[in-house]
Amino acid sequence: MPSQEQSRPQRREDAPDEAPEPTPASPEASARKENLDSDIDSVLDEIDGVLESNAEEFVRGFVQKGGQ
Amino acid sequence: MTVRRVMGIETEYGISVPGDPAANPMLLSGQVVHAYASAQGIRAAHASWDYADEAPLRDARGFEMGRGMADPSQLTDEDDPSLANVVLTNGSRLYVDHAHPEYSSPEVTSPRAAVVWDRAGELIMRESVRRLSQVPPGVNLYKNNTDGKGASYGTHENYLMRRETPFSDIVRHLIPFFVARQVMCGSGRVGIGQDSRTAGFQISQRSDFFEVEVGLETTLKRPIVNTRDEPHAVADLYRRLHVIIGDANHCDVANLLKLGTTSLVLAMIEDRAFEDDLTVNRPVHTLHQVSHDPTCQEIIELRDGTRLTAVQLLWRYHELADRWLQDQYAGELDEDTADVMRWWALVLERLERDPMEAAREVDWVAKLKVLQGYIDRDGLEWSDHRLKAIDIQWSDVRPDKGLFHRLRAAGRFEELVTDDEALHAVHEPPTDTRAYFRGMCLAKYPDQIAAASWDSVIFDVPGHSSLQRVPMLEPLRGTKESVGPLLDRSVDAAALLRELASASG
Repeated sequence: MPSQEQSRPQRREDAPDEAPEPTPASPEASARKENLDSDIDSVLDEIDGVLESNAEEFVRGFVQKGGQ
Repeated sequence: MTVRRVMGIETEYGISVPGDPAANPMLLSGQVVHAYASAQGIRAAHASWDYADEAPLRDARGFEMGRGMADPSQLTDEDDPSLANVVLTNGSRLYVDHAHPEYSSPEVTSPRAAVVWDRAGELIMRESVRRLSQVPPGVNLYKNNTDGKGASYGTHENYLMRRETPFSDIVRHLIPFFVARQVMCGSGRVGIGQDSRTAGFQISQRSDFFEVEVGLETTLKRPIVNTRDEPHAVADLYRRLHVIIGDANHCDVANLLKLGTTSLVLAMIEDRAFEDDLTVNRPVHTLHQVSHDPTCQEIIELRDGTRLTAVQLLWRYHELADRWLQDQYAGELDEDTADVMRWWALVLERLERDPMEAAREVDWVAKLKVLQGYIDRDGLEWSDHRLKAIDIQWSDVRPDKGLFHRLRAAGRFEELVTDDEALHAVHEPPTDTRAYFRGMCLAKYPDQIAAASWDSVIFDVPGHSSLQRVPMLEPLRGTKESVGPLLDRSVDAAALLRELASASG
């Protein structure tokens, strides 16, 4: 057995394989992450107004019979 | 073989009446079917087994297509709601399955088309909810798979396969794939365990409800690979693989990948192209563990001792598929297959780097992002009812109340299908399968059809004493190309049947 370590998949030629992947702080990744962070407030704003007002009663009322 | 094959998606929708948890779900589901069908001029609950002394009809078990207009108020106690069961002009089936309204898409030949007609199904359910809302409190529908209290209901995929492929090969190569597939295709769920006894978030709606590796059951002791063998086609040639492990998807990309990657894996199984044995130790337990880890770091142990994450296991399948496609087509891929391979790699790259990066493509990630936002902003615990409510409301089919739909309208998801395409598919059948013949017959000759099923249409033509059954056991016959001109020139069903009879005689 080569190793008990996690095995990494090989990349195909179209993937950029020089930069040892996953470097979580790669420029693209951190830029994307910043966008996500600043974005979340507007996401919550979008849905705050439509959330069920009585969450507990709503959750309790959602009772299903099993299906397939 | 590519991603293309005959396939379809069936979805049972969650159903509830605001403020009335005790409402009878079978009756309600009947109302959902009836509300839509009657608006289309179809009578949904037809006391139709009266026809049954006609021999042909006994073969056409399944569903009933009534004649004539129905009064919208017609669904009353005297109609058995469990009979609400119609075929629509888009070739789909809308009916009551157990205690849920179900939409079974028409047969299509590509994963993208499966997404189109799945989206059409949700629009049909939405239209029914709109109609029922005119009498408060109305009925609400949810495209999800559990109530979080111990009940689950399915979203099933169907794939037409060659009968000659040994079922043991399917089982061997599909189980590891299904253990891992959820990280691309799961819809996310608040609560761990069938009845959510542990607070927390997990990747899949369905995984906790799977208890065995292989079996026939679909409502209890659910198996990772279901053995139901009901081909609805020439049984000597075809098998219909009935996949019950998937979640209902809203994200187009996740839905495309669910159908597309599975179809590719099946194509490789049919071609005996698997050199590697990726058998997973303790697959049922591992399925649950993978679902319970939204960081996607849970280790899967293969029988050969390899230890890897679900994403890495999916890369193995991707690599095998890529190599196999290179061998077969030398890089000249059809557009559908190229699309699936591209999205597959892109989603795996994102999940590998940071799962949160896949929020535009994958349902569970998008849902978790919102839930985490509320946790951070309002200091909520995973046991909070508000988070459970968001989980449920996420999948409400209404455009104004459904949280997914709110976010979609704000442009927060990658979309592969336009609204116009989905709307078109509400009424129009796919053109490249027998669903075309079925759907067009229903559109053109509604008053002359007694019943229809996946593999037949039964006509009741004035002047004939018996019903006439047109069998459709070949899913790729009855396409627009082959029967379009015939349908165009047949002014009524009698003319159609005359030509069909002389062609086969």
